[in-house]
Amino acid sequence: MTDTAVHVGAAPPGDGMGPPPRVPEFSIVPLIGIPIAAALLVGLIVAIATNSLWALTFFHVGGGGLWTSIDLFLGLIIGPILGRLSIPARVEFTAKFMPKMVVIMPTLVAMTLGSGFQLARHLGNLSVSYPHHGWLVASYVIVGVMAIIALGLLEPANLAVLFELKKPHPNGERIGRLMKVFIYTAGITGVMQVATIIIMTFLASR
Amino acid sequence: MSVEAQAAGPPPDEIDARQAELPPVARLAAVTLTLVVAGGIYMAAQIGHPATLVPAVILAIAAGLVLLANLIVLSRIKAFAWNKFFQVFGWALVVYLVIAGILEYVFIFDHTPARQLVLFSVMLAMFAIDVPLLLGFSVARYQPVPT
Repeated sequence: MTDTAVHVGAAPPGDGMGPPPRVPEFSIVPLIGIPIAAALLVGLIVAIATNSLWALTFFHVGGGGLWTSIDLFLGLIIGPILGRLSIPARVEFTAKFMPKMVVIMPTLVAMTLGSGFQLARHLGNLSVSYPHHGWLVASYVIVGVMAIIALGLLEPANLAVLFELKKPHPNGERIGRLMKVFIYTAGITGVMQVATIIIMTFLASR
Repeated sequence: MSVEAQAAGPPPDEIDARQAELPPVARLAAVTLTLVVAGGIYMAAQIGHPATLVPAVILAIAAGLVLLANLIVLSRIKAFAWNKFFQVFGWALVVYLVIAGILEYVFIFDHTPARQLVLFSVMLAMFAIDVPLLLGFSVARYQPVPT
């Protein structure tokens, strides 16, 4: 058994009676996810190279739908549940869940944005002469803000949590603080994604 | 440990205490990212339209200067978990070079005009360096400094 004891400092009253929670053995980057992510990225490149309308739509709608759903589910459903779990349950969930996000989220973001740009180019929507160009620019701004939040706060917090959990004596209070950043920013980007969906469905219906 | 002590949280450890001494590398990296994204949005909004590139050039130069300043500030940190920084920076660089490479491929594939392509490429290069730098710093700042 290679589990690690976590010295949790910020435990709520009543939680500190048992032994320190154990961190299950985990890999920061789950190796099984790499070939899947690589296959999806190769598929994305093929979709762009062939300008296949179906493939570009598949990657854009599929990737964007999953990205939005995961963010909203994380921020609005998992986050509040996680906050009410016992410290050992939180640690175990975090150690098993966060490595998967390291692979899933960058792949979904690359899929959605790469195919979306090419799809808009293919359909002629990127041109300034497109009647709803203003709406498209609004979606760029929303995606830009989401990218800054995701890359500037969410992903750094995700990695910092994983490396903290790998320490011989992880600091539970620090993990809690970083997890809050992760969950809140996921919720914020999820809500912003809804605005993008409103714009995209509006444009698709014109 | 008493219930009161638990509710108040633990006293800051050595790593927490060190945070105040670290330069604002994460904030500067976020500023670079914001400038690059703003430049990218401006250029994407002008595709197919003969608009001036001056705002995008100004944003790219500003992003480059902030990134350079950040690298200098970072290199002057004495007590730092450089092994963890380079471990995360290296792997993240591979990932973000792949992502930037896919976007570069899209721009080349779509016959983006030369001047715009150069500007997009410079911005993508800064993006591919800035994000791994931010990730490496965010991990290394909470790691014990090797003695």
